[in-house]
Amino acid sequence: MQQVTRRALLAGAATLLASGPGVRAAIIRGGRPWQPYAGGPPEPAGSGPWHWFTPEEGAAVEALVDRLIPPEPDTPGGRDAGCAVFIDRQLAGPYGSAAALYMRPPFRDGTKAQGNQSPLTPAARYRAALAALDAHCRAAFAGQPFARLPEAAQDRIIHGLEDSSLQLDGASGRGFFELLIKDTQHGFFADPVYGGNRDMCAWKMIGFPGARYDYRDWIDRHNQPFPLPPVAIGGGRPGWTPHA
Amino acid sequence: MRLPLAVLALCVSAGLARAAPDAQDFETIARGRALTVAADCQACHTAPGGQPFAGGRPIETPFGTILSSNITPDPDTGIGGWSDHDFVAVLQKGRGRDGQHIYPAMPYTYTARATHEDDLAIRAYLATLPPVRRAVNDDTLPFPFNIRAALGIWDRLFFTKGTFRPVPVKSAEWNRGAYLVTGLEHCGMCHTPKNLLGGDRSGRALQGYALQGWFAPNITDDRRRGLGSWSVDDIVSYLRTGHNRFAAAAGPMAEEVWVSSQGDDMADLHAIAVYLKDQPGQDVSAAPLDPHRPDMAAGAAIYADRCSACHTPDGAGVAGLFPRLAGGPSTQSIDPASIVRVILRGARSVSTQAAPTGPGMPSFAATLDDREVAAVATYVRNAWGNAAPAVTPARVAADRASLADRPTD
Amino acid sequence: MPNRLPSRDVAIIGLGWTGSILAEQLTAEGLDVVAIERGPWRDTPTDFNVNTMPDELRYRIQHELFLRPAQQSLTFRNTLGQEALPVRTWGAFMLPNGVGGGGTHWNAEMWRFLPSDFVLRTHLTQRYGAAFLPADMTIQDWGITYDELEPFYDRFEYLCGTSGTAGNVAGRILPGGNPFEGARSRPYPLPAMKQGYGHALFADAARNLGYHPFPQPSGNLSAPYTNPLGVQMGPCSYCGFCEWFGCANYSKASPQTTILPTLALRKNFEARTLCEVTRINLDRTGRRATGVTYVDTSGQEWEQPADLVLLCGFQLFNVQLLLLSGIGTPYDPVANTGVIGRNFTHQTTSAAIGFFDKAKYNFNPFMSAGAIGMCIDEFNGDNFDHGPLGFVGGGYMGQVQTNGRPIETTPVPPGTPLWGHGWKQAIRDNYLSTIFSGAGVHGSFYSYRDIYIDLDPTWKDRFGRPLPRITIDLKPNELRMSAYLTDKYAEIIRAMGARQVVSQPRKGPYSMSAYQTSHLCGGAIMGTDPRTSALNKYLQSWDVPNLFVMGATAFPQNAGYNPTTTIGALTYWAAHAIRSTYLKDPGPLVRA
Repeated sequence: MQQVTRRALLAGAATLLASGPGVRAAIIRGGRPWQPYAGGPPEPAGSGPWHWFTPEEGAAVEALVDRLIPPEPDTPGGRDAGCAVFIDRQLAGPYGSAAALYMRPPFRDGTKAQGNQSPLTPAARYRAALAALDAHCRAAFAGQPFARLPEAAQDRIIHGLEDSSLQLDGASGRGFFELLIKDTQHGFFADPVYGGNRDMCAWKMIGFPGARYDYRDWIDRHNQPFPLPPVAIGGGRPGWTPHA
Repeated sequence: MRLPLAVLALCVSAGLARAAPDAQDFETIARGRALTVAADCQACHTAPGGQPFAGGRPIETPFGTILSSNITPDPDTGIGGWSDHDFVAVLQKGRGRDGQHIYPAMPYTYTARATHEDDLAIRAYLATLPPVRRAVNDDTLPFPFNIRAALGIWDRLFFTKGTFRPVPVKSAEWNRGAYLVTGLEHCGMCHTPKNLLGGDRSGRALQGYALQGWFAPNITDDRRRGLGSWSVDDIVSYLRTGHNRFAAAAGPMAEEVWVSSQGDDMADLHAIAVYLKDQPGQDVSAAPLDPHRPDMAAGAAIYADRCSACHTPDGAGVAGLFPRLAGGPSTQSIDPASIVRVILRGARSVSTQAAPTGPGMPSFAATLDDREVAAVATYVRNAWGNAAPAVTPARVAADRASLADRPTD
Repeated sequence: MPNRLPSRDVAIIGLGWTGSILAEQLTAEGLDVVAIERGPWRDTPTDFNVNTMPDELRYRIQHELFLRPAQQSLTFRNTLGQEALPVRTWGAFMLPNGVGGGGTHWNAEMWRFLPSDFVLRTHLTQRYGAAFLPADMTIQDWGITYDELEPFYDRFEYLCGTSGTAGNVAGRILPGGNPFEGARSRPYPLPAMKQGYGHALFADAARNLGYHPFPQPSGNLSAPYTNPLGVQMGPCSYCGFCEWFGCANYSKASPQTTILPTLALRKNFEARTLCEVTRINLDRTGRRATGVTYVDTSGQEWEQPADLVLLCGFQLFNVQLLLLSGIGTPYDPVANTGVIGRNFTHQTTSAAIGFFDKAKYNFNPFMSAGAIGMCIDEFNGDNFDHGPLGFVGGGYMGQVQTNGRPIETTPVPPGTPLWGHGWKQAIRDNYLSTIFSGAGVHGSFYSYRDIYIDLDPTWKDRFGRPLPRITIDLKPNELRMSAYLTDKYAEIIRAMGARQVVSQPRKGPYSMSAYQTSHLCGGAIMGTDPRTSALNKYLQSWDVPNLFVMGATAFPQNAGYNPTTTIGALTYWAAHAIRSTYLKDPGPLVRA
């Protein structure tokens, strides 16, 4: 039978606390607990300077997301949609530090089916890959960083990462491409409270009505367009504002 | 909690031999227990998380916060050393054991209506409780409200002594209801408007009053602001289970149902309902606000996006689960304190044996700003045939600030 | 040393569906019950806020309501020869955490298994001969029959306010329902849900092809409902934020919406949350559980003695706790001995995406629900002749699309660039006019000798205990079944009018990187023989008779349906045995 050491208990408790909202063991009896203002609303990403990126990294990521999701006449690109801000805020939080993930050693390479085994956190992967990308660009383009390159050159570099024809020094180009495209699309489609999808631009583009909770009047009106505009967790629908 | 105020001055001092109710008189004790439940003594006379009836609960009054007294039979800190006469004097006269006036936080203006026999039955029941030794500080009010002599003047202004007198032209059931509502049940303590000195406003019985950050609604038969749309059975169901096809009890009323009325005698609840249905409303005509007003239009949009998933697009709600917003006092009270509060803080309805679900409303404080809360509150107060004054963003801002400091309840 | 607490009648490990049902049943019996739950307390008005619940990033992508791998994970390999590696982030399945368990964030599909599923080996052997089954397939009969379980299926369905159209009431086949289902004693408590455009179109196409489509039985309610415990639920509003999310308007069956309101009022019930049981304690004989040891969030260890221990955690962790506590003989796939960890199974899901002409079709995919949809059952279990097909097993299939949340549900046709203008245009062109039902084909997963659970030799959990290790792969039988069923499914999607159908049958190897379902089964299975099962037919441990083990842990193999309704029925079945027999004479309910 397995015995648990006192030290392991304390370490285990620390893990749990680090992964939860500071909650503690409780005894529930005689009814269900309730307290006002419950619910833990999301922390808005807010505006202002980068939380995780250096200015140079931020400029590179803004340029990258604007090629992954290029601006078009009627829809913004990744930069104006706030995808870089989204990624920055995510990397500064529990996602960036892999706080929820199983990060105990040893780290060994496995099969594709066994999933990601990297010892690096997402934040560390960005840092390393962006530095390598910067070094590559400056070497190949007369000292210019990625953000200053012409769009066609930027696209060629991204294609190179995608098809592994471009190797980054000390970082997996293809791995970084996959991470970046996932995070960019998450930012593009997530609620605007997290910094991306500014003004619900992505939702408007595809016709997703957002953070709604009642389609009872619509579910069996088949093949009809839904008439209401999108709404976000924080509102953001013009109809919510009283206009004289 | 039902009482906005509670007794402070059941002063304890050594003295008369303690009365010893006949412990064998089960019938009296059982009746006393039912009356104690009906009068909801426990709610005020129990501190949060404390021993039942041992006092110490902070009670908000317009003049400051005071602590309720220990009414367990502990001889030193409770009422174990009291005579029956001492006990009855509190309920009938609002006088403490030493003859001092007690604060009208104790609803003696209501309990005075109870019969001597009922008073003694309550006394007999309280004497069977386990004694709890717990001294309560009875002097927490600031000057000048700590001057008890002033209470004599208050009594002359607002206190009519004398037990309940039946109204011969009314039915026995009506009279039983009247006896309870105006007496031990002391509904008016919360539901009757008060004047500046905290006395009941004459001629306005049961027409609604704001207290503890809530608005205890009009419970007359007023069609718009009161219980006009409720049947006698609806009222009984509400008091018995905390829920009916229109509404759910939350806040102080949830506690009242939990501690008191879910355990009340069904015949008494029916009598109470019959009496309340016979209290005429004012039924002043009111016209809904123009739906094209900017706040109404915005409120309609917010309602569709955030509220209709539970309260349904037509405001009908779901019986027993989501309160009906169309019609009734919960939306149309003159004072919007409750609706603003529930939107901002959320609320938990009572979970009773008969209706255990106890659904709750989440807090919207983090996702709706003052203007949006005002708009949606104004909308639900003026949609589907409702009509009530608009709620202003300034009101919401003020309530948001004052509610933030309130303790959990 | 742990602090020793006063003894209780019953200690329940885990307060999800099975823990809640047993706590309700045994407190009603008058027993003093304490439930110890490793996750937090959760309830609708405090945790499932209608304002903030429709948040795909927080709940779907970042798994707010689930266990964190940092708290507890597992290791995984495909074959015995490989080294298993830790699952560092969830992929193939999701593991629940907290009061309500998976019942808070499931879709609420309310399927019963087929009568033949409970006597699977006997049935298939009789029809096709023993040689028809693969040599390494270890399927077994359950030790109970559908007819024995039927009253308890009924009970769970009425607890949940299930919405559906009955296909077989007392042997009478009814129009509009599933004609293949086992006989039910009465119809569902509520009529079926409304269906969206895509769901309805699937039913039309299936009917035109000669099938018998019917609405998926659902724990998303079509109307207000009060269950036998007096708990009320509301009607589903088709919000499209169901699976992965808590329901904000009391319209999805969960322990919170069906049991806990009544249970929490009972004076003989107590829950301890954020308390993780680290082992089940045995007396010196090893034949009797004396209680459990758990750890709270401050690291304090507590011993909770109890007369009866009910293991009600998630399947994988039930098995881990049995192994860590030294209960039963660990399974050895090489020697083919032992039972704990044996007959581990999952679910063989697959899909076919239908891309439709956007000028003609608008499916409004965002209007949906967890268990909405139209299905057929022609290819489930042994409802069709496997003789010429060379495999056994099957599954239901349907247009059961639950959502149009854009991070997850923006499929694009093959060949679309992953980024740039081409991607953007494809997203725009296909979002509203695509049918994408991730587990539209819901296939069985039968058991094999070398698919099992044991303890990992290398990686530890946060208490320093070995992680559970799973060895699992997709066998030729399952791959053939998936190919056949997915073809049939794609044919229906095509008949709906799709301009392009992308068929995605399940391919090997079993992979941790894409979500399949969370229907892990087996590892401490029920049966009639202690040499091949850990539990008797009442889910009582053969080895430790005052221990019962609930959940899909007990399934000898998995059928072509979602497991929860069968889990609920088995729990009521076990509760009935405990109440009617065990408590009167505590001891083995079946003599080995």
